[in-house]
Amino acid sequence: MEHELHLCDLPVGSIGKVTRLLAIGLPRRRMLDLGLIPGTKIECVRRSPLGDPTAFHIRGAIIALRYEESQQILIKPL
Amino acid sequence: MEKPSNQTSLAEILEITEATRSQNSNYIRDSIVESIYQHAEQITNIVVKQKELNKCPDRKLDDILTSPWLGYPLMLLLLGFIFWLTIIGANYPSQIIAKFLFTIESQLTGLFMRFHAPHWLYGLLILGIYRCLAWVISVMLPPMAIFFPCFTLLEDLGYLPRVAFNVDRLFKKVGAHGKQALTMSMGFGCNAAGITACRIIESPRERLIAILTNNFVPCNGRFPTLISLAIIFMGGAVFKTSSTAIATAVVVGLILLGISITLFTSWLLSKTILRGIPSSFTMELPSYRKPQIGKILIRSLLDRTLFVLGRAIVVAAPAGAMIWALANIHIGDTSIVTHIGQFLNPLGHAVGLDGFILLAFILGFPANEIVLPILIMCYLSSGTMLELKSLTAMRDLFVQHGWTWLTALNMMLFSLLHFPCGTALWTIRKETGSSKWTLLAFLMPTAIAFSVCFITTQIIRLLR
Amino acid sequence: MKLTHRSSEKKVNGRNNNIDFSDPNIKIIALAGNPNTGKSTVFNSLTGLNQHTGNWAGKTVTHAKGSFYYRNQHYVLVDLPGTYSLLANSVEEQVARDFICFNQPHATIVVLDATCLERNLNLALQIMEITPHVIICINLLDEAQRKGYFIDLNSLNIQLGVPVVGTIAREGKGLEHLKDITYQVVNNLITPKPAKLIYSSDIERTLEKITPQLEKLLGERINARWVGLRLIDGDQSLLNAIYEHIDTFPELKKESEVLKHYGETKQSNILG
Ligand SMILES: Nc1nc2c(ncn2[C@@H]2O[C@H](COP(=O)(O)OP(=O)(O)O)[C@@H](O)[C@H]2O)c(=O)[nH]1
Ligand SMILES: [Mg+2]
Repeated sequence: MEHELHLCDLPVGSIGKVTRLLAIGLPRRRMLDLGLIPGTKIECVRRSPLGDPTAFHIRGAIIALRYEESQQILIKPL
Repeated sequence: MEKPSNQTSLAEILEITEATRSQNSNYIRDSIVESIYQHAEQITNIVVKQKELNKCPDRKLDDILTSPWLGYPLMLLLLGFIFWLTIIGANYPSQIIAKFLFTIESQLTGLFMRFHAPHWLYGLLILGIYRCLAWVISVMLPPMAIFFPCFTLLEDLGYLPRVAFNVDRLFKKVGAHGKQALTMSMGFGCNAAGITACRIIESPRERLIAILTNNFVPCNGRFPTLISLAIIFMGGAVFKTSSTAIATAVVVGLILLGISITLFTSWLLSKTILRGIPSSFTMELPSYRKPQIGKILIRSLLDRTLFVLGRAIVVAAPAGAMIWALANIHIGDTSIVTHIGQFLNPLGHAVGLDGFILLAFILGFPANEIVLPILIMCYLSSGTMLELKSLTAMRDLFVQHGWTWLTALNMMLFSLLHFPCGTALWTIRKETGSSKWTLLAFLMPTAIAFSVCFITTQIIRLLR
Repeated sequence: MKLTHRSSEKKVNGRNNNIDFSDPNIKIIALAGNPNTGKSTVFNSLTGLNQHTGNWAGKTVTHAKGSFYYRNQHYVLVDLPGTYSLLANSVEEQVARDFICFNQPHATIVVLDATCLERNLNLALQIMEITPHVIICINLLDEAQRKGYFIDLNSLNIQLGVPVVGTIAREGKGLEHLKDITYQVVNNLITPKPAKLIYSSDIERTLEKITPQLEKLLGERINARWVGLRLIDGDQSLLNAIYEHIDTFPELKKESEVLKHYGETKQSNILG
């Protein structure tokens, strides 16, 4: 139950809660601006036809993140 | 860090804040944003009531438009349709505008005759400035007036971010951003517009890459050159019957080459000069909104028309005057144009072109659409820019001046790859705010154009 | 400013802009908000100008300026670049922040997307920390309705402490009301009182310590608590911006050396 997942490993259609951000610097600040703080609900909506980037539902908006970014976000699947 | 000896209150404050920051092991920003978002969440929970409704129509649309199977075909179909509509649809209005403008020219000519205006004045104003203006407007305006409204429509609908989403992976591989696909598409309309559009790329590194490489997609001003040369030198070269198909294949091949060079230079830039410049990728896919078709069409039509007219007046008019002067001022018994052409000849031959072709590109710096007319002017040693009645006439003229299919190929390559036009460079300067990047945007394509033509020529000459 | 944008607007930025701020008859109104919330649409309807609009998060460092008249009052409206926050992560954010902070518009209209309130409030709350003269414009109400959201504007007004106006900018709905509220705010008929945001206890403790001192240094012109918060965050770009406007802070001018020194040493990590 208490296991963490990288956001990039969240399957399409499932929902998780952010636990931690691993990114630093500008990417981290951009993630914060999107409202990615511990406890934020995030749903994996779809992947691009080529498999990357992936679109997530974050606080009412659909945001596409690349593998590199989503790998830097730790979540707990719900 | 050396501190002023007597502690001022500001220094004290800064010390206190720094202490707080390090106590939080530099995650103070997280804490701040958390407080703000928690507050925002609290308020939202109080004021927003959501009825249970049909789950987002947007998602269903996205299921189709970004689906693994249909995403790409639909995208290519849509973009292909816009290009087709632009090229086919522009022909007719182009002819009408040209006819209209050249009727006015002959009336103006009549007027000048009536008042016995000096020959040089007539030449400078009508054959130089007016004709160049007419050229740029009739070649440029119709395709722009079709191409850009179509794009604006897709933009307003919210489809364009989905394109970026679909293709991003390809661009990521070369260190660029998926939105570059869109700035490139805009470049097909006009490179200056494509460069301005690079503002949609938030990440500084990827934005610069997109700006510096936009030129490798041929704009509306270069398409007619590519198409004409493909038809007369490539199409007929093999079999008469399949000439259109071959010409089309050549143009498509050139576009693909342009795209490959774009990806290659993007990769090169991201690995060399632009290495380490910060980059991040978060892209919103906004919900689809119903576009206000009427308003958009009118707006974007007006905008484009103003843009083309403005450019024609600011850029093409002076260029027309200068070209006329160069062609009509003689040193000895040859015009300056011919002198320069002969001077450039050796360089031209090395890359499979000739001096006049190079000169045409140089004089066509203000606007690519006048390159071919200038070349014809040079070959005919006439004092004004000309368009020939038929493609056959153009072919005959070029062959007389020693053209082979290799010359045509090189000219197409050079047109595709050479330095950006004046407007595009000026836009780069404005967008990057730096002369250094502008210079690079000029030198890089120029070097590539010369190298590619040189290598092509040498290989073909060896093979023969 | 979007993909198919044609540059027709005058360049206005924090430092050398061509708005006559000294003219007491002109009221300056800033338009802020996330990208794609309808700022330019509001701008166009109010001023009758034609800024490019589009369904797309576009970016620019220039912003458009236009004017309109309402009840014999001349207003100049400034369309700021759309940003998700004002924490100085990009040039656009710095431009928007500097305009609100140093050019001190008589009112700032924050345009919010009704379908994505949470993230939009993030920006609104940040702006309300810089200036109290804020009007919240909840736009895209038709979209919200289509998606099944209902927003209690009254309750939002109470929660935020500033006036809230609902609009459907594209259809021109609610814009008269927006003008009316703007008129009232600008003429002090309404005094917005933004609710204070409370941060974690150590931040609050530090703020308590430094805010009074900062108030002395900065005077009335800018919100000392907010500057303190930015300093805690280590925002060097704000120090630089203050240094550039040092003439408006007589008390601080004596310490301009310290300011300059700090701005320079840490400059590199603003956008890094
Ligand atoms: N349905 C609807 N669409 C709107 C409304 N306001 C703006 N839009 C559309 O939303 C898009 C973004 O608007 P724009 O003014 O460019 O947003 P900006 O980025 O904040 O300047 C455009 O396509 C507008 O037509 C509205 O009230 N309702
Ligand atoms: Mg806008």
